[in-house]
Amino acid sequence: MKSSSLSSYPIDFLKKLLKDMLLIRRFEEKCGQMYGLQKIGGFCHLYIGQEAVAVGSIAALDLNRDYCLTAYRDHGHALACGLCPNGLMAELFGKATGCSRGKGGSMHMFDITKGMYGGNGIVGAQIPIATGMAMRFRYKKEKGVVLCFFGDGAIHQGVFHESLNLAKLWKLPIVYICENNQYGMGTDFHRVSAVEDLSIKGAAYNIPGKQVNGMDVLEVYEEVLSAVNQAKEEGIPTLIEAKTYRYKGHSMSDPGKYRSKEELESYKQQDPILILKNQMVDAKILTEEEYQSYDEECKNISNESVRFAEQSPEPSLSSLYEDVLA
Amino acid sequence: MPIITYREAIRQAIDEEMQRDESVFILGEEVAQYDGAYKVTQGLWKKYGSERVIDTPIVEAGFTGIAIGAAMAGLRPIVEWMTFNFSLLALDQVVNNAAKMLYMSGGQIKVPIVFRGPNGPAEFLSSQHSQAFQSYYAHIPGLKVVAPSTPYDAKGMLKSAIRDDNPVVFLEAELMYAWQGEVPEGEYLLPLNKADIKRQGKDITLITYSKPIKVVQEAARQLEKEGISSEIIDLRSLRPIDEETLYASVRKTNRCVVCDESWPVASVGSHVAWLISKNCFDDLDAPVELVCSEDVPMPYNHTLELAVQPSVEKVVAAARKVLYL
Repeated sequence: MKSSSLSSYPIDFLKKLLKDMLLIRRFEEKCGQMYGLQKIGGFCHLYIGQEAVAVGSIAALDLNRDYCLTAYRDHGHALACGLCPNGLMAELFGKATGCSRGKGGSMHMFDITKGMYGGNGIVGAQIPIATGMAMRFRYKKEKGVVLCFFGDGAIHQGVFHESLNLAKLWKLPIVYICENNQYGMGTDFHRVSAVEDLSIKGAAYNIPGKQVNGMDVLEVYEEVLSAVNQAKEEGIPTLIEAKTYRYKGHSMSDPGKYRSKEELESYKQQDPILILKNQMVDAKILTEEEYQSYDEECKNISNESVRFAEQSPEPSLSSLYEDVLA
Repeated sequence: MPIITYREAIRQAIDEEMQRDESVFILGEEVAQYDGAYKVTQGLWKKYGSERVIDTPIVEAGFTGIAIGAAMAGLRPIVEWMTFNFSLLALDQVVNNAAKMLYMSGGQIKVPIVFRGPNGPAEFLSSQHSQAFQSYYAHIPGLKVVAPSTPYDAKGMLKSAIRDDNPVVFLEAELMYAWQGEVPEGEYLLPLNKADIKRQGKDITLITYSKPIKVVQEAARQLEKEGISSEIIDLRSLRPIDEETLYASVRKTNRCVVCDESWPVASVGSHVAWLISKNCFDDLDAPVELVCSEDVPMPYNHTLELAVQPSVEKVVAAARKVLYL
């Protein structure tokens, strides 16, 4: 996308996209630090490098009525949905003030007031439930859409295919977004996929597929917005493959030995935050000083989330049996 | 009072609840145009149409997950599994999504859904189609699991299950669909957490649920001829288990046989036997006996398949054992 085309967007919108991506980046870096300090335990999957996918896609939603579901690499989607960083960090610390009251942890971030329905720890398991949430809109004859995120590892699960077949058959308003970060844990996706272009996997169900550059937030936004409108207006589901890359390992315990330093560096040259920043600077709608001040702000928010999490109380033992049943 | 079949009782419950609440719908294989593999949903598609009585392809994980999502979004789905043998394909969705969503979201997301269909052995179906899977589901916190044994219980409990804000696993059986019983015409609801004393007695407590109830009732009649008075407790709910009703009976009779068509290892029956052994230890005059299925896959041959399952003879023998007769 050329910087000249930036003029078609309100400046505040572009600044929000930039800030949202930057917040995810700084928040995730802070999570990595806190994991190293053993303040966060268990599995912790960082979203660094993939920010443009969640931010660009979720910008196309009306979070007062639409739904977002994703897999276990969910901090970025939660922030893009507008979840409070304090509640997220507190959840990672397992505190009572966490967005899931300390019961969910890294893989299960929820805030239904912001359309964020998790966070799922079983690869691909969110795909049918996202499809079922889309059923609500058709059943109640309401306008709304579901964004269902999953990775290049999940696309081979049976429930992906079962869900797409029914989404098409039942005309469900849903956009499936495969974030192809190239590796399912340590496995290069080429080693486990019969096809290179994952977006064609909807073809068997007559679902249109599209590949987008997942490092370009505006390209992601445009494609998802068009798919969202098609879903809401005509009940046509879409499959989007966002080609992206994670800078960190699969989880905090993964040193990422299955890929070369050169490969990692080459992707860092197409950094989603830098792409938008440079476009905006070139278009003279952002100064370096403004960018630095955003960066400071995002670091401060992340630091504050740690302070909040540290000062928050542990859940009481009596909460153990709460919310097992409604 | 009208006498109807177990099948009709379930259909009445679904019909009444669909009439009452527009967010209730049913989906599954052959539930609509075919009128249900076991005709439970007969007539409902004609009455409510394809939006609310929904045929699915043969994708148990897919349509079960979709129904769970619909429940998360505020609808009240009833999932019909053609049999619980096929529910294993959907087990991940039930265990990891339906049962855990409320807990791991910190109480934000309810999953009001019913999973129902026939469970347990029928006849001449061999190993893959004659399995009793209640213990799988009863193991999982976040689920309610019920297995009514009469048309009256089935209707009242299914209506409650549909209105419940939790996922409820509702176990029926192919061979029970034609069973008959009295069901009142007016609306009634039954609790999902109460056992029912199906027969009062003083000498021995016989605990069972679902299809084996008839085996146990016949055993009680035979024992009566020997002057033994049996109390029959129908668990009805397997999660939670109404422990107090069990203990009150055993404290009275001091002897207990549990009859369950599950396999013996880590089953509902073995759990109930353990609960009574532990909590009524001082009241028991004999160790608790468990009559269950033999620990083998189900064979096709009829003589063999009957030999696998609980029978009147096995229950009577177990009763005589705990009575030291």
